Amino acid sequence: MIQFEQVGKRFGDFVAVDNLSLRLADGEFTVLIGPSGSGKSTTLKMINRLVEHDQGRILFAGQEIRSFREEDLRRRMGYAIQSIGLFPHWTVAQNIATVPALLKWPKARVAARVEELLHLLGLPPAEFSRRYPHQLSGGQQQRVGVARALAADPEVLLMDEPFGALDPVTRSALQTEIARIHQVSGKAIVLVTHDIDEALLLADRIVMLDRGRVVQDGTPRQILLEPASDFVTSFVGRSEVGLKLLALDQVASRMRQDQHIEGPAITGTATLREALSALIANRTEQLPVVDEHGHTIGSIHVADLLDIAA
Amino acid sequence: MNPTRRWWLDPLFWSAGLLLALTFGMSHLGPLFHALFPEQERPLYEQASFPALVLAHVWIVGVSSAIAVILGCSAGLFVTRETGRDFRPLLETVVAIGQTFPPVAVLAVAVPLIGFGPAPALIALALYGLLPIVQSTIAGLESVPPPSLEAARGLGMSRRQLLWQVELPLALPVILAGVRTSVIINIGTAAIASTVGTPTLGSPIIVGLSGFNTAYIVEGALLVGLLAVVTDLAFERLMIRSQPWRLTPHNRPITSASPASAQMDRGRI
Amino acid sequence: MQAVHNRVLLLLWLLGAMAAWQWPLLTHAPNRLVTGVGMTLASCLTGWHVLILIPALLLGVASFVSPRPAREVVVLLACATWLAGLLAVGGDVARTLANTDSSYSRTSFGGGTWALWVLGWLAAADALGRLKLNPRDTVLVALAVLAPGVVLLFSGALAELSVLKEYANRQDVFDAALLRHLAIVAATLVPTLLIGVPLGVAAFRRAGLRGPLFSVLNIIQTIPSIALFGLLIAPLAALAAHVPLLGELGVSGIGVTPAVIALTLYSLLPMARSTTAGLEQVPAAVVEAARGMGLSRRQVFWQVEVPLALPVLLSGLRITTVQAIGLTTVAALIGAGGFGAIMFQGLLSSALDLVLLGAVPVIALAIAADAVFKLLVSLLGARGQ
Repeated sequence: MIQFEQVGKRFGDFVAVDNLSLRLADGEFTVLIGPSGSGKSTTLKMINRLVEHDQGRILFAGQEIRSFREEDLRRRMGYAIQSIGLFPHWTVAQNIATVPALLKWPKARVAARVEELLHLLGLPPAEFSRRYPHQLSGGQQQRVGVARALAADPEVLLMDEPFGALDPVTRSALQTEIARIHQVSGKAIVLVTHDIDEALLLADRIVMLDRGRVVQDGTPRQILLEPASDFVTSFVGRSEVGLKLLALDQVASRMRQDQHIEGPAITGTATLREALSALIANRTEQLPVVDEHGHTIGSIHVADLLDIAA
Repeated sequence: MNPTRRWWLDPLFWSAGLLLALTFGMSHLGPLFHALFPEQERPLYEQASFPALVLAHVWIVGVSSAIAVILGCSAGLFVTRETGRDFRPLLETVVAIGQTFPPVAVLAVAVPLIGFGPAPALIALALYGLLPIVQSTIAGLESVPPPSLEAARGLGMSRRQLLWQVELPLALPVILAGVRTSVIINIGTAAIASTVGTPTLGSPIIVGLSGFNTAYIVEGALLVGLLAVVTDLAFERLMIRSQPWRLTPHNRPITSASPASAQMDRGRI
Repeated sequence: MQAVHNRVLLLLWLLGAMAAWQWPLLTHAPNRLVTGVGMTLASCLTGWHVLILIPALLLGVASFVSPRPAREVVVLLACATWLAGLLAVGGDVARTLANTDSSYSRTSFGGGTWALWVLGWLAAADALGRLKLNPRDTVLVALAVLAPGVVLLFSGALAELSVLKEYANRQDVFDAALLRHLAIVAATLVPTLLIGVPLGVAAFRRAGLRGPLFSVLNIIQTIPSIALFGLLIAPLAALAAHVPLLGELGVSGIGVTPAVIALTLYSLLPMARSTTAGLEQVPAAVVEAARGMGLSRRQVFWQVEVPLALPVLLSGLRITTVQAIGLTTVAALIGAGGFGAIMFQGLLSSALDLVLLGAVPVIALAIAADAVFKLLVSLLGARGQ
């Protein structure tokens, strides 16, 4: 889908991206992560040519991105940013319809698509479509921002720290939302963040950057279990690697189905980290596991948590 | 501004009505002016009809303002683009110094350079009128939130689409504030242009001042004052119309080109 | 590699070349009644006059030099020389013509000189901007660039130019006009401060007052000055006639009194608005901290709010002053005197030198007042940091 071949970018004397080679697959959720100045945002913006690369080649759908007209390229990619950038003079519906309107979709199709997206992002159209951006909360604005990015059914969704400015509760709700959208749509997503928990939660694949170079490229599990360098370990948080590993899996994947025990229950969709927390809080070695209807489906034992590397 | 306000409480309606009534009815007010100014033998200005004077005044202000809007917006637009960025400090210097010039002095200086008649008045008005428009165009375009610009480019708008769909609509209220200032100044300066040989609503005032005929002065002053007030109120209405997105609870429309609003007040003539 | 390093300077230079080529540098007439004949730059360049081409050439070359402070300094020096040189050449040509021609002959600056002067000044302003000095030094350097021209003006070298001949003929009138003009502006500023500042404070304290107050002041501001002067004549005359005491105090329909009243009415909006704006921009946290430390309301107002609001208030006073200087010109129409009287006399009798003798000092006064207040504000700002 997107391929970087020995790509470089300088701003004056500052090397933002250095000899970067990367291949982003169809349908993959890739997270670019690193400290500030690591070149992660520059890398993202080179994909839709908001920043032009000055060395190497970037391919989109098999062609060098410079062979596309700038606008055409961008209209095939969704784009959502931290500061959201909704157009203050347009209603929610008009904002979401930006790219479909640029692509001159018929009115009825645009209206249907806007409605569909408002539903998808949990914003009832009757209530929201005619509002102006300043009448929305920060979280609602970013929902509209994501809907706008998705509007014309882009081949890839580019997101530059989209949840960075939101409060923790809203952020976590939107993270769940975007994970669900990824699952439902199967679109490739490239997301930039400096939040390792966000990366571990969302990514199929994490590309960690430092000073313009890739320091590690792998699955969340690989990043945690086989850090390529001390930099990776310290970025992930040396003392919390175990807990972060637990957070990658759901209770249902490790539970024992044969045993049915009594006590305060935990759902199968909770993470193992939450299970550990519940075990400790309840001062017990095992907990019953229930499904979303509250029916017991098994149990989880503290020893099951150690089986993580498997 | 309350949009549900009834028309009979609308100051624009009444002042515009009064302006029209006085324009076409002044010539019938002879007895009134006789009673008010008994010492004057001929208390009604008759060298030109009032509708003709109003028309001449509106024409000279309209033409000079149209030129000022076209040139001023273009200049403001040019210096906020990549290609014109070099020229921005110079233009801002010109605007800042130019606005300290009294408009009446600009009008007067135009005469030795160009001569008497409508031409120097038109050129002086257009040149002076440029300044607030350039300033407000720059301020308006600057006020567009940078994230909206980045998002617009990232979503695939061309430069032209960005300009027409995002930048100009968002800048419009501020630009209109500059045009309003410019037009109001021009209405006043045009009145004084009667001293350089352009018939306007200032003519009865000047004739009245030099001939000690207070009635003429009142007739001209009423009409030109009303014209200015009506134009100002109309611009206020237009500005509010130009920003529907701000007409919601907890939000106030822009009514002056803030933060430069203090700057815009100057240059009254 | 780019060849042109200063497109602004190059543009100004090209415009200057066009102006010098198209428009007469000077106009010469056998007496003040007939229209003059234009003299081109080339015809004026005799003897040492050729030397003024040196700064012109320097300015042209400077566009192609890569940016560095030295370039801007050279540009500024060239501009100062150029501005003074233009005047000197004009003055010298005028003297030569006066000696050869009759003493009634009139030599005036043509459109070319005005244009070249403005362009030279803009080039200096551009270079000054690029030097990025602090506001105080900027004003001082700007004054230094203008200084040689001003010295020349007062040295008598330009005395044969027609505007200065006109000045020599009417020195008394001119000096009286200057005094009257300044007196009217000063007389306006006193009531403006006494009424405008309290109104602004009141509007700041009571948000409900703001809307109506500024609407009324804005309507006043909208009315053209000539109309307001005119509309005040009848009621003031009537007042003076019916209340003799007021008449004895100088109130009448025409003259200085209605001028000061109208000017004060116009000044109230910028003064009150800047007072309110100045108080509003005082950070709420600072006021809260001051109150938290036990300052009374009065102490907070005088020790915290007023000092922090002062720069904005001063810039309101600057706008008011500049505006009053311009409006006083119009007040000449109702017999208030000042430079406007000279200007309108020139306009109504088609004496163009007289128009300039009235208009140019007004512009100079306005610019000077603007610069002085800006300097004051920047000094206050520097103290605050």
